[in-house]
Amino acid sequence: MEPAVVFVPLDAAARSVGADEVANAIAREAATRRREVRVVRNGSRGMFWLEPLVEVSTPEGRVAYGPVGAEIVGELLDAGILDGAPHRLRLGLTGEISHLKRQTRFTFARVGLNDPLSAEDYETTGGLAGLRRALEMTPQEIVTAVTDSGLRGRGGAGFPTGVKWQTVLDTPSELKFIACNADEGDSGTFADRMLMEGDPFLLLEGMAIAGLAVGASEGYIYIRSEYPDAVATMAAAIDIAYLNQWAGSSLLGTERAFDLHLRVGAGSYICGEETAMLESLEGRRGMVRAKPPLPAIAGLFGKPTVVNNVLSLATVPPVIARGSEAFRALGVGRSRGTQVFQLAGNIKHGGIVETGFGVTLGELVEEFGGGTASGRPVRAVQVGGPLGAYLPTSRFDLPMDYEAFAAAGAMVGHGGIVVFDDTVDMSRQARFAMEFCAEESCGKCTPCRVGSVRGVEVIDRIIAGDNRDANLELLEDLCETMVDGSLCAMGGLTPLPVRTALRHFPEDFRHAGAVPL
Amino acid sequence: MVSRTTSCYVPWSQERAAAIVDRHRDERGPLMPILHELQDVFGHIDPRAVDLVAEALNLSKADVYGVVTFYKDFRSEPPGRSVIQVCRGEACQSMGAERLARHAREQLSVDFGATTSDGAVTLEQVFCLGNCALSPAVLVDGRLKGRIDEARFDELVADSRARAR
Repeated sequence: MEPAVVFVPLDAAARSVGADEVANAIAREAATRRREVRVVRNGSRGMFWLEPLVEVSTPEGRVAYGPVGAEIVGELLDAGILDGAPHRLRLGLTGEISHLKRQTRFTFARVGLNDPLSAEDYETTGGLAGLRRALEMTPQEIVTAVTDSGLRGRGGAGFPTGVKWQTVLDTPSELKFIACNADEGDSGTFADRMLMEGDPFLLLEGMAIAGLAVGASEGYIYIRSEYPDAVATMAAAIDIAYLNQWAGSSLLGTERAFDLHLRVGAGSYICGEETAMLESLEGRRGMVRAKPPLPAIAGLFGKPTVVNNVLSLATVPPVIARGSEAFRALGVGRSRGTQVFQLAGNIKHGGIVETGFGVTLGELVEEFGGGTASGRPVRAVQVGGPLGAYLPTSRFDLPMDYEAFAAAGAMVGHGGIVVFDDTVDMSRQARFAMEFCAEESCGKCTPCRVGSVRGVEVIDRIIAGDNRDANLELLEDLCETMVDGSLCAMGGLTPLPVRTALRHFPEDFRHAGAVPL
Repeated sequence: MVSRTTSCYVPWSQERAAAIVDRHRDERGPLMPILHELQDVFGHIDPRAVDLVAEALNLSKADVYGVVTFYKDFRSEPPGRSVIQVCRGEACQSMGAERLARHAREQLSVDFGATTSDGAVTLEQVFCLGNCALSPAVLVDGRLKGRIDEARFDELVADSRARAR
C-alpha cells in the first residue's frame, strides 16, 4: 500500500495554533495503526479560522479537514480520513471551498500547495518560467513588460513598479542593487510573511528578474526580526537557490550573475520606510533620508537601487511568464491586476483573499470575512495599516481601488483590513495612532517627533473634556502641520487615522470623564 | 532574533567577539549582522563589544552606540531565561490585546521591557507579529502563539518557567 500523503501547514500562523502538534500526532497515531503516512509541511491556504487545516491526497484531489486539534487526530484516523472519509470537520475538496474558489490567486498561486523548500516542486508547478523567459529578453523588454502589466508597488504607496525600474535601468552605474523590503511592520498585514514562508523561491526569482531588468547583480532582502520563521525559511531557500544555480555567478548556467544577501531588522517600524531601510542596511540608525535623490538614482551605498516590497517582486515572475496582459486584464481603472487583501482583527473568517482590484470593502469584510469573530456588529475598519484611515460601515460600498480610496480620504495601502466591533472606543484608537507614531518616529523631523507626543496630550485633553472645542481646533492644526511638514509617511500619514476617527465617530470623543490608559 | 534562552548564552569573550567581527567585516554594511550575532551569542551587546566593533570597523564609539540604542532588539543587559513579547498592534487590540497587556504586566509584576525579579521572564511589547487573523498574538522565545487570552498567557508563562528550570 502506498503511504497516504497528508499536508499540515508549516506557516507560522498555523503553527501558532498547534500545527506542529497535529503533524506529530498524525505521524504517531498512524504508526500505532500500522498505516504508512508521508506528512508534507506546506504553506498555508490563508484561511486561518480553519487552521490547523489538514489536507489528504485522494484520487479525486486533496480533501481538507479543519480546524484540527492534536487531541482528535486519533478519532480522525479511525474515521478513515487518510482515505478522505466523512467527518464533521471534513470541508470537501480543498479547491472547491467557496472562500478559495472565489479568489483569483495570481501571486499566491503556489502558496499552500507544496513543501515551500522543495526545488523540484517549485519547478514542476511552473517555477522559473519567468526567469527563463527573462534571460532571453533585453533589459528594456523586461521593464516594458512590467510597466505594461500595470503592476503598482504592493507595499502601500502604489507607485508603478515599471516606472521605478525604468529609472534604475536608465541610470548608468557599474554597481546597482535590488533591495527587497520585507519589513512588513503594519498591524493587519501578513501577506509578505506568508509568501516568504509559503513560496520563498518566487521572491528570489522575482529579485533575479529585477536584477536582469535593471543591470543589478546583487540583491538584499531586509526582513523584520519579528518574523523568525520567515527569516529561517528565506535563509534556507537562498542556500537551495545557490545549489541549483537559481542565484550566484551563473544564473541557470548562463553568464549572468545575481547574488543574494539576507539581512534581519532589529525591531524598528520606521525601517519599513524605504530610505530608513537603506540606512539600516548600510549599518546606521534607521533615520529617514530626504528625497530627492530618489533611491532609484542614489539608493543603497549611493548606487541606483530598486526598492520593492515582497509582493511586488513576487508578482513579477508570473507577469513575465504569463505576459503582461494576464495581469492587466484583472482589476479596475488604474488599479490593475490583483491585490492580496488581508482580513484581520475581529473577523470571523480571517486570512488572505487575493482577488482583482475593484472588489468592495463590504464584500471583503462581510462576504469573505463573515463579519466579526465576536458576533457583534462591525463598527469600524482600518484599511492600510496603522497609518490608514478608519472607516465606518457606511463606506462599505467603496471599491478597493487606489484612486477611489484616495478620493474618499482613505488609502488602500497594502490591502490590510483590521475589523473592530461595536465595543471599540475610537478616541482610544486615535490616541493610539499618535502614541504609535511617538514610539516609532525616527526623530529626524520635528513635526513627527514632537507632533506625535503633543498629539497624545491633546487627545487626552479632548477625551477628558478639558476645553474640548479649543483642543479639537489645536489637534486639527497639529495634524495639518504633521501632514505638510513631515519628511516621510510616518508623520505625514499618522493624522489620517486620527482625523478619520474624528470625522466618522465624533460621538466617541464626547464622552466625559474617560481616563487615559 | 529572539530565538533562544539565556541558558545558551556564553560569557563575554574578547576572542569570540573578535571572530564574529572578522567573519562579517568584508560584507557591505556589516554592522547590523555583527550586532545580531554578538547578541545571539552573548545575549546582549556588552559595552566592551561597542569598543571592539568601533575599532574594527573604523567607526566612532558614538556611531556604534547610536546604532545599538536605536534598535529595540539590541539589549544592553542580558534578558531573562525566557522572553515573552505581547503584540499591541491594532489587529490584536480589536481582540482584547490591551486587556491581555494589562494582565501580563500584573501577572508578572513587571512593566514592558523589564525582567521578573527571579530572572525567569523578560516581558516586552511588540507592534505586530504578522498573526493578525489569530489575535491576540504573542511570541515566546521566538515561537509564535495565536488566540492568546489571559488563561493561555498564564499557561505559556508556566511552560516558560518549567523549561527554564
